[in-house]
Amino acid sequence: MSEVLLEAQDISKHFGGVQALNKVSLSIQRGEIYGLIGPNGAGKTTFFNVLTGLYTADEGRFVFDGVPLKISAPHEVAAAGIARTFQNIRLFSNMTALENVMVGRHLRTGAGIFGAILRNRATREEEDAIAQRAQELLRYVGIQRHSNILARNLAYGDQRRLEIARALATEPKLLALDEPAAGMNATETASLKRLIEALRADGNTILLIEHDVKLVMGLCDRVAVLDYGEKIAEGPPTEVQRDAKVIEAYLGGAVA
Amino acid sequence: MTKLRNTQPALYWCGVALVAIALIALPLVLTLVGTAWVRITNLAILFTFLALGLNIVVGFAGLLDLGYIAFYAVGAYVYALLASPHFGLHLPFWIILPIGAFCACVAGALLGAPTLRLRGDYLAIVTLGFGEIVRILINNLSSPFNITNGPKGITRIDPLQIGSVEFYNSDTWLGILFTGPAKYYYILLLILMAVIVINLRLQQSRIGRAWVAIREDEVAAKSCGINTRNIKLLAFAMGASFGGIAGGMFSAIQGFVSPESFILQESIMVLSMVVLGGMGNVWGVIAGALLLSFVPELLRYTVQPAQQALFGRMLIDPEVLRMLIFGAALVLTMRFRPAGLWPESRHRQEFSGEHRT
Repeated sequence: MSEVLLEAQDISKHFGGVQALNKVSLSIQRGEIYGLIGPNGAGKTTFFNVLTGLYTADEGRFVFDGVPLKISAPHEVAAAGIARTFQNIRLFSNMTALENVMVGRHLRTGAGIFGAILRNRATREEEDAIAQRAQELLRYVGIQRHSNILARNLAYGDQRRLEIARALATEPKLLALDEPAAGMNATETASLKRLIEALRADGNTILLIEHDVKLVMGLCDRVAVLDYGEKIAEGPPTEVQRDAKVIEAYLGGAVA
Repeated sequence: MTKLRNTQPALYWCGVALVAIALIALPLVLTLVGTAWVRITNLAILFTFLALGLNIVVGFAGLLDLGYIAFYAVGAYVYALLASPHFGLHLPFWIILPIGAFCACVAGALLGAPTLRLRGDYLAIVTLGFGEIVRILINNLSSPFNITNGPKGITRIDPLQIGSVEFYNSDTWLGILFTGPAKYYYILLLILMAVIVINLRLQQSRIGRAWVAIREDEVAAKSCGINTRNIKLLAFAMGASFGGIAGGMFSAIQGFVSPESFILQESIMVLSMVVLGGMGNVWGVIAGALLLSFVPELLRYTVQPAQQALFGRMLIDPEVLRMLIFGAALVLTMRFRPAGLWPESRHRQEFSGEHRT
């Protein structure tokens, strides 16, 4: 297998008396889809929020792309090359689909206040490039026909796709998707699966939190299972599925 | 408008020429009615500067600022101190205006820095406090060192002078009489055009998009790699510098400044202009500023004669009735057009109640 892109080392996080994450270590290889699963409240989203800088870890560190990831603010994580989507979709709801993706280009473009006011050649060209790239990404995720519709007026499935397009606009090395299939029907989930597969085929590395076990098992190269903030299993989906601890976590253990 | 320019250029340029002629002729016509109306127009343009500046903070970036008039005060006092007998300094306006804008810009960043984590009501309270601090500071900086001359204010501020053209007296050019206020009007009109262009360009830029993104969802904006701290500070600083320029012009035109001109009510007035006109839409904000500047003045001149004609005597003090009508109009507007008279397209949809989640 190829080299390691992200390595989490002993990540711990507690909220008051609740140990949300307890020394979680995992490593994600370049070009794979890595699934993070677990029952409700297992700490999946907490892990995501620590990784993307919304929370600070109590202990542990991340090594990303060979260098320690200094997490002090979410925008720095994005700059380092980790883009995310949210479990409860967070779009700029009163901006058009196109504008949403254009905001995603913020990080990789540089026009400042003077460029904006003078609107010189460099700024105009950059602006055109931003719009063009945004259109390409909308086409990539399959919602280019909705580019001028306000994000909040998009259908639910399209909002999910728009969020992915916006994340892709930041040119991430790692794309972190937080329950992308939540609330989707079977058809929508199937089409989302095709999109994620296309993303992998185009060389993206994806960290996927998901509830839909069937989707995870069909899609992921490797999965890790969290339960009560601890990693209880890691490996290819077929192995993890047979793991006794995993079965116990999901179905409940034998009564002692 | 761009569409019209491309499809029917002749019609478009005719329209532009007509508007230009109207704007150029306006003070000359108003002078015939009374020079007071030219002064009122000038003040209206100053308030348009303020409203456009505040629109960057409130309309674009969504940060509620109730102390905006403080930046107007900073600009006004910088001008007053650098061009009056108070310190014996008489710098030319093209040096002072940028200094005033810069000072206001710094004040904006100073206000912005501690309030970065606040939003909504909390931000409003802190900015309100900031506005009061600036006013009280100006009121009291007369001892032990007399900097601002306290409540007495600063008098005999140098009027504008460009080359040999002095702005405090009248001139006759080409057989037409140009009064002092009329000359100021042209300068203000030029600055106004620059301010409008800057606003429109900012709105459709990378920075403008980042402002709106922060207004829409700050967490998502951060995750998109936007340094929300810097971008918010930029909004405060940009908005403040427009206030600073307006303040400088105010000093030059009035020739006198005192802390009384920078009370909370003025901040609220500017905010009303932004909200009434339509937050986020540059043209709406301009309309709001002009409306709220002119309507009270119109009422001032019509309320008294109207009462005389109807009842034969004055029943209600014009000032009271004026504010009454004014308040009622604001309430009605907000009731029937909550997004403002001329809202930005996205705000319009936001308030239309057509939700889908």
